Amino acid sequence: MLLLIQYTLLFASILILVALGGCFAEHSGVINLGLEGIMVIGALGGALMMRYLPSGTSAFVIILLVVLASTLSGLLYSVLLAVAAIHFKADQTIVGTAMNMLGTAAATVIVKALNTAANPDDVSSTVQYVEEKAAFIINIGGFEFNWFMVFTVIALVVSYITLYKTKFGLRLMACGEHPQAADSAGVNVYKMRWAGVLISGVLGGLGGIVYITAGVSEWKFEYGVAGFGFLALAVMIFGQWKPTKIALAALLFGLFRALSNVYFGFDFLVNLKIPSGVYNMLPYIISLVVLAFTSGKSRAPKSEGIPYDKGSR
Amino acid sequence: MEQPYAIEMLNITKRFPGIVANDNITIQLKKGEIHALLGENGAGKSTLMSVLFGLYQPEEGKIRKDGKDVKIENPNDANDLGIGMVHQHFKLVECFSVLDNIILGAEPNKLGFLKKAEARKKVMELSEKYGLHINPDALIEDITVGMQQRTEILKMLYRDNEILIFDEPTAVLTPQEITELMQIMRNLAAEGKSILFISHKLGEIMSVADRCSVLRKGKYIGTVNIADTNAEELSAMMVGRNVNFHVHKEEAKPGEVVLDVQNLTVASDLHQNDAVKNISFKVRAGEIVCVAGIDGNGQTELVYALAGLVAAKVGRVELLGQDITNLSIRKRNDMGISHIPEDRHKHGLVLDYSLEDNMILKRYYEPEFSGKFGIMNRINIRKYAEKLIEQYDVRSGQGAVTLARSMSGGNQQKAIIAREIDKNPELLIAVQPTRGLDVGAIEYIHKQLVAQRDAGKAVLLVSLELDEVMDVPDRILVMHQGEIVGEFDPKNVTQEELGLYMAGAKKDKVEA
Repeated sequence: MLLLIQYTLLFASILILVALGGCFAEHSGVINLGLEGIMVIGALGGALMMRYLPSGTSAFVIILLVVLASTLSGLLYSVLLAVAAIHFKADQTIVGTAMNMLGTAAATVIVKALNTAANPDDVSSTVQYVEEKAAFIINIGGFEFNWFMVFTVIALVVSYITLYKTKFGLRLMACGEHPQAADSAGVNVYKMRWAGVLISGVLGGLGGIVYITAGVSEWKFEYGVAGFGFLALAVMIFGQWKPTKIALAALLFGLFRALSNVYFGFDFLVNLKIPSGVYNMLPYIISLVVLAFTSGKSRAPKSEGIPYDKGSR
Repeated sequence: MEQPYAIEMLNITKRFPGIVANDNITIQLKKGEIHALLGENGAGKSTLMSVLFGLYQPEEGKIRKDGKDVKIENPNDANDLGIGMVHQHFKLVECFSVLDNIILGAEPNKLGFLKKAEARKKVMELSEKYGLHINPDALIEDITVGMQQRTEILKMLYRDNEILIFDEPTAVLTPQEITELMQIMRNLAAEGKSILFISHKLGEIMSVADRCSVLRKGKYIGTVNIADTNAEELSAMMVGRNVNFHVHKEEAKPGEVVLDVQNLTVASDLHQNDAVKNISFKVRAGEIVCVAGIDGNGQTELVYALAGLVAAKVGRVELLGQDITNLSIRKRNDMGISHIPEDRHKHGLVLDYSLEDNMILKRYYEPEFSGKFGIMNRINIRKYAEKLIEQYDVRSGQGAVTLARSMSGGNQQKAIIAREIDKNPELLIAVQPTRGLDVGAIEYIHKQLVAQRDAGKAVLLVSLELDEVMDVPDRILVMHQGEIVGEFDPKNVTQEELGLYMAGAKKDKVEA
């Protein structure tokens, strides 16, 4: 049971971080379908940082540097979307899709090259971080407390305050709803959209490193992040683009995802004799069902996905 | 010496390739006055305002504020000089509260955190002072158009703007709201604000303005004191000739019932409740029936259901005694329904098609145009299009092959009218056929509608313009919140009376 709670919280953390990222981008008016790719690149940055840190580095420094590496990688990668979507007015769906394909592919190529350079016989795309990973975890009884859970709560609170209590949030959301109105009130729409996309890069990158350290101590980058970026988008839509509701939605999805990891710990679930594949599929199936029923009523930011052109009014 | 002018635009000339949009125009706005700017569409009013807001730089001329030369290079410069504008299409974020919309871009804050209590206090004081009666916590999407407009006014006042520009502010309001707005404008002027009021409605200018400047085809015609002039003189200045405001028509001779709507209910796309609620009415041959009402009271959905764009939820629609409730759009067309749609860009034309292809949009499948094997007969299409262009005086750059997108609004509308009327329909549905057109084009379209009526057709007109509602039809049905709340003979009703019904303040039981 403790294990179920632990994994639920951990997976929910990932979903919350990434969904909040999507939430900022979309409130600014840019659809970020590339979260999946951003997660992979963020994970890559964090994983490589862990790999190359000298052993014996203190836990605090590890946490700091790894988080910095992942958020910075995610941020840099999201610049692609910002430039294409805001300045070249590209189709955001296509840019996002391209970023997802590029993310996994680039990460695989980079890791393979590094592995082969270190050892010519090693052609895998795997990065190991057994020791460093321990820095994020504190054992309390049987419960593995993870520092990322704290980061997530902080991100959640800060996001809520930023969106609803600050000048920045008011302006950001105005740009996603009615950029012409924001512009006429003296708000720089391009700047706000850049901010929204970059924040989504930071949170997406952080979500990536949490994902690949959740439960495992090595990652094969060919796998990408297995659709978690899209799951986060589903969480964001189910959460109606609001931080509090996103948190609740993420807990629900996190629970189902955690079940696939730990269902064998529950006798009654094992007795049902359902193949493990079904549990693995559950979060994705649930997201399909939930979205089919709720997305019709959803209230997406009105101008998301539409490039802003100062000239048209 | 005290400077009498708050803002002056002196000898402004702005050229675009092939056209002089503003030709040596001078407007001087006195402090504390309401100054009307009158002109038809395309007269250069919008260009002049864009110059004032720094969106365009004029080739010649200068702008003075309080007697001093100023340079306005972008809207923020204008804002810094205390110039504010209520746009024709409001610039409000629908899911924000009134208060949030007012402070957006000028938020009182401490280290980036909003100080809403302070903002609320200032907004409420201003609202009180000018009698604006707003509810700061209501969401824009839930409030009336009138209150949305007052929110826009508060946006300007909140920024301490001294020069307030109203761009066609009454187009979307009910008569009562217009009266209120006029009062608000007088209050503002009395408090020392200078107001520039852009309009082409002479009645409103006569009732509220102190002076009026007139533009025509990019040229400055003159400035007159309202006290020394009258509506006829102003309109002659605006159009350059004497215009007939009233549509001349003989007494209607209604014949058999053409359109019979029985207990029609139409669901709404946007809201949970029905857009059209159990309404019944008839339109006879040889009469024009007008559905009047404020925008968004179910007129659009009603027309969609009649034209076949959406399905009726309940009820029955008959054309000449035949049930057409569930027929396709094509079948309805072939049975004699013509539809001049509300949104000519969305439903009226394929903008990236040529004029001639748009002309045959509803009859391309006839043998005359698509031959035996479905191959378009371009020669016949060209001949047909040229006949319509000639007959309905549709003007365009390259005749039949002009792209619809490149034509002016008035000529686009004429093209649609040519296509729809030439089908020789039994029932002509015209939805806001004169929206956004200038006086000359409006006159023409009204004549066409009356001509259809006199030819024994049934005409269903949907209009938001009170002048049109009073002038053109033989019978008026007022819609409010999806119901028909009144039926009138235009000869026996006043605009004020209609306004009360349109706003929902009065309601009759109407039998079909």
